[in-house]
Amino acid sequence: MKTSSQRPSVTFFSFTSCEGCQLVVLNAAETFPTLLKHLKIVNFREAMDPTSDQYDIAFVEGSISTRTELRKIKDIRANADLVIALGACAAIGGINCLQDAEKPISIKKARELVYGKDAGKHRLLKGTIKARPVNQVIEIDHYLHGCPISAEELLTTLTDLMIGRRPTVVNHPVCTDCKMAGNICVFEKERPAHAPPMLCNGPVTRGGCRAICITYGETCWGCRGYVDNPNIAEHIKTLLDHGLTVKEAKATLTLYKGYEELKNKTGRPENA
Amino acid sequence: MHKNHSIKVDGLTRVEGHGNIVVNIKKGRVEELRLEIIESPRFFEVMLKGRHYSEAHHIMSRICGICAVSHTSASVKAVEDAMGIRISRQTRLLRELALCGETIQSHILHLYFMVLPDLLGQGSLLPLLESDPKTAKVGLSIKKTAGEICRVIGGRLVHPIAIIPGGMAHLPKIKELKTLRKDLKASFGQLDQALELFSGFSIPDFPESNDKLTAKKEFISLRTTRDYPIYHGEPYSSLSGPLTIKRYSRKIIETTIKHSTAKHARTKRGSFMVGALARINNNHRRLLPKARAAVKKADFTVPSTNPFLNNTAQLIECFHLTERTIKLIDQITEKGITRESPKKPTKYGRGTGIVEAPRGILYHRYTISRTGKIISANCMIPTAKNLGQIEKDLRAYVPTIIDLKKEEIRARIEQMVRAFDPCISCSSHIMKVSFK
Repeated sequence: MKTSSQRPSVTFFSFTSCEGCQLVVLNAAETFPTLLKHLKIVNFREAMDPTSDQYDIAFVEGSISTRTELRKIKDIRANADLVIALGACAAIGGINCLQDAEKPISIKKARELVYGKDAGKHRLLKGTIKARPVNQVIEIDHYLHGCPISAEELLTTLTDLMIGRRPTVVNHPVCTDCKMAGNICVFEKERPAHAPPMLCNGPVTRGGCRAICITYGETCWGCRGYVDNPNIAEHIKTLLDHGLTVKEAKATLTLYKGYEELKNKTGRPENA
Repeated sequence: MHKNHSIKVDGLTRVEGHGNIVVNIKKGRVEELRLEIIESPRFFEVMLKGRHYSEAHHIMSRICGICAVSHTSASVKAVEDAMGIRISRQTRLLRELALCGETIQSHILHLYFMVLPDLLGQGSLLPLLESDPKTAKVGLSIKKTAGEICRVIGGRLVHPIAIIPGGMAHLPKIKELKTLRKDLKASFGQLDQALELFSGFSIPDFPESNDKLTAKKEFISLRTTRDYPIYHGEPYSSLSGPLTIKRYSRKIIETTIKHSTAKHARTKRGSFMVGALARINNNHRRLLPKARAAVKKADFTVPSTNPFLNNTAQLIECFHLTERTIKLIDQITEKGITRESPKKPTKYGRGTGIVEAPRGILYHRYTISRTGKIISANCMIPTAKNLGQIEKDLRAYVPTIIDLKKEEIRARIEQMVRAFDPCISCSSHIMKVSFK
């Protein structure tokens, strides 16, 4: 690291996103006084004026969805020793890449739908490209998954970096977390007759979230992307056994994993 | 001494989302002034197309991390309205509780992380955390308690989990609510300290126009006959009185603007303001006692039109909402918490959900098909409504500070934009469209 003798400097950048992951960072503010003894925060637009263009570690939140963002993320890569993806939009594309997998529409069409026919001429809109995760543009050193990220994982990663240990990414399915949380399996739960069929993506989704959504009565929406080597075919069979149609089963997988699904289908996303 | 200044703030800091400010002053006159919204568009309408109604709130929550509970609430209300779902009293109380928690924490985040550094002449809260941790921690502590409400009800603060169409997917334990109540009681002392801190700074003067027509600023918020509006209410304008939910979307005109990826909104009278100041101006009689006392202490007059006072209004609301959350907790614990399964849809079609988000009135409207799929969606976002007013107020304000140094002018301009607490990520993600 450039400044190994001093506190490493950390920066946060946000691209196309809801900025919720930055908020998770801010919500951990009571840990800041301790953290700041070991590292420097030089850039965090949501909460501070910039203090320096020099940084060692860059956390990037959000997908890349404009030409300006393409340029900016490349600059960040050139400046930083480590680039860490912060949350689902950056790590896997997330909600930004969600669209009807059966009938994907072009970015031009999407623009017109929202802003009207002349959207292509709009100075700020003509540079829009199809949203993609940051690793489609630059190399990423580490991932903090989730929508939003977990504060616990963030602090573990920061601790790892401060003591010079390589941070690791969880590689077990959400089911493992869910068992440890003591939840009843979503597929085993009783549901009122009128409720839509329950779909859980826990078996193929990367864990590390402590299965928080299932603990709070919902299901796994798949926000952490696929675990390595997921058995998708078998998972779809399970969903079919629980009353979903093939189309519905596939739709549940595109909620956060739209980018990967679309890539599998067409080879490459347009405008890549 | 008439000056020429060209002020450009590239990447406004300490706001939610991405914006620039451009001001050109020639011979002491404002020639050009715009708040550029450069947030990348996200096309939520394309995302929502064809999805099952049970996913809508989950997707729409992702419009904004800071007002996720508001988007989730407006979304489930719209779905419930469209599908004829009647929720229980318990669900209503729990949702209002979560929404109060979000608003308090959002206001405190804004006041301490974004506004306070301006008042202290610093770039962020970090220097204060090091030099005077006690003062900074008052804010962090109120925020933590408020965030804890959202965690207990919704599972987490950013993107709540348990708020679903028809009810709540998870219920809090009475014990958790009692702990919250105790912490909320303790928040009052901290809020007093916060009020003292913020009252210590003078509020910049804002020129009130002498022209009677333009002096009338329009404030739009929800209003109810009983309470201060958060989860309930009908739209109300300070100038034209009640606007029904049905008429609301027709009264507000949204247009695409050259320098903004967020649309600007206006009524037939022009731009208007939403948010804490609008809510207090329209509903001050329904403030609870602790908030009324805060109004007196802060020397706040109702109605107020100075946009800098939006910060004071937020702090007064924190008093009201803390008192309100304690009442809500009492109402919930009094009857005990009962397990309920989500209520059943009885129809399909069009529905509207409207709530007060921290930054103002938030409107979701969906059309849902026979098979439960979203056919069309329309959202109207608070900040998109304030954008026109921000520019208008800046135009009025800049001439009054034109004799200051350039850096000073720039700082004051930034400070004024921040007072509106713009949530830019929200504002540019929206839409009015039907899918074919």
